[in-house]
Amino acid sequence: MKVTVDQESCVASGQCVMTAADVFDQRDEDGIVELLEDQPTEDRAEDVRQAAALCPARAIRVEGQSGFVR
Amino acid sequence: MTSTLGSADANAAEVPEYPMSRAEGCPFDPPPQLRTMQREAPLRRVRLWDGSTPWLVTRYDEQRALLADSRISSDPTNPGYPAPAPVSDEHSEGSPVSFILMDDPEHARLRRMVTAPFTIKRVEAMRPFVQRIVDERIDEMLTADGPVDLVEAFALPVPSLVICQLLGVPYADHDFFQRNSKVIVHRDSTTEQRNAALGALAEYLDGLVGRKLTDPGEDLLSDLAARVESGELPRREASRMGVLLLIAGHETTANMIALGTLALLEHPRQLAELREAGDDSELVASTVEELLRYLHITHNGRRRVALEDVEIADEVIRAGEGVIVPNDIGNRDPDAFAEPDRLDIRRDARHHMAFGFGVHQCLGQPLARMELRVVYSTLYRRIPTLRLATDRENISFKHDGSVYGVYELPVTW
Ligand code: HEM
Ligand code: SF4
Repeated sequence: MKVTVDQESCVASGQCVMTAADVFDQRDEDGIVELLEDQPTEDRAEDVRQAAALCPARAIRVEGQSGFVR
Repeated sequence: MTSTLGSADANAAEVPEYPMSRAEGCPFDPPPQLRTMQREAPLRRVRLWDGSTPWLVTRYDEQRALLADSRISSDPTNPGYPAPAPVSDEHSEGSPVSFILMDDPEHARLRRMVTAPFTIKRVEAMRPFVQRIVDERIDEMLTADGPVDLVEAFALPVPSLVICQLLGVPYADHDFFQRNSKVIVHRDSTTEQRNAALGALAEYLDGLVGRKLTDPGEDLLSDLAARVESGELPRREASRMGVLLLIAGHETTANMIALGTLALLEHPRQLAELREAGDDSELVASTVEELLRYLHITHNGRRRVALEDVEIADEVIRAGEGVIVPNDIGNRDPDAFAEPDRLDIRRDARHHMAFGFGVHQCLGQPLARMELRVVYSTLYRRIPTLRLATDRENISFKHDGSVYGVYELPVTW
């Protein structure tokens, strides 16, 4: 799976890091999202999808997934 | 409440008033009328104190969609904004509580100036400090024999000490800022009272920002003072951001601690399971999420206004129409949470909306979560016999506040 993030929209809520700390990180200076892994392995798929669904700014896109899941 | 619409308005009788009352004896559940409305339709109109009839959005999916929609504004100076009380003149000079009442891009610009201390990493680094405060407060409580009020002795001091440390506010001033915060979140405060309290806090924070300009420390107000110095941020805006963080940082978490304790005491089997769980177990984390969902203390409804026509669920919200999003009933939507009215600390409730949704979603949520995890994993383990020191009927609930909770929680052990 392929993940992208939109740093412009990110509001630094930390939801993604809380859900998948091996895939997402936050910049030290302002908490904005950074990708640690843009092609997570399949066994991380569920957490990554959950992170995208939880993101309040809709700043996380997971390839093969349009819109958001709950 | 009197309606400003004449009796000639045939619809007047059918439009329910908002806010609504909770059912007698069900202090944890949202008003039953919200549930009825949720069953009937995702959104419909309600009537407010001033006679206006904004939309009330009751279902989870539509609540999320609207809160994440940039055509929906948080700025109370826009015509049609559904104010919870008379709007103060202060708003003509900008929001008295900074970016929570602003839209992007200004909201984002200001919010990003204060996000750094709230990253997951920075918050985790504060955990030992929070654990120490929690332990010290419990030690002190245990020196007393008789009943104590958990709100005064524990629930309020813990988050106040934490936000003071983070902001760089002297805790010695807590009587002053707690008293003023109470007036601000009290739903029945008059506009004059609320303005006076906001003014007093703004003046206090302005003095602190002034001190940090000459004598900076390792704290958020000093960071803001540096931005004032560099000309990036007007000093008045820095003080208002300080006011927002100070109020938001202790009133909310304090109510989650006290009301959460009451809810757990009424579910003794689940409380026993939680007590057995280790410090950082998944059960502690899921308990925090479930109590946030179930109690939903910010029960006033998120207030918004449409800037453009927005089509949703076969309705059109017209530009200039008010929108209220009561996430308390969204958190009880059976399509989002199975058996939503049951407290179940083992369920996965992470998608709740206790912190709102969209660009205004709570800035302090990582901190609030960490504080609540420390509290829920420590308090009941260290005082295993903790129980109410009064009958449940004697406990009075903050129906009148913009943050729900209990005024006092007498406990003993
Ligand atoms: C359990 C405790 C808490 C709850 C339930 C809570 C709830 C909320 C909610 C519902 C909002 C959204 C407001 C809106 O959409 O209009 C919000 C925003 C906010 N909260 Fe919290 N909060 C909590 C703790 C905290 C703490 C500890 C802090 C700070 C230290 C904080 C700071 C803020 C700020 C600054 C905003 C405005 C964010 C923005 O407009 O971008 N909150 N909170
Ligand atoms: S969940 Fe979304 S808004 Fe929050 S830090 Fe991650 S990308 Fe940013």
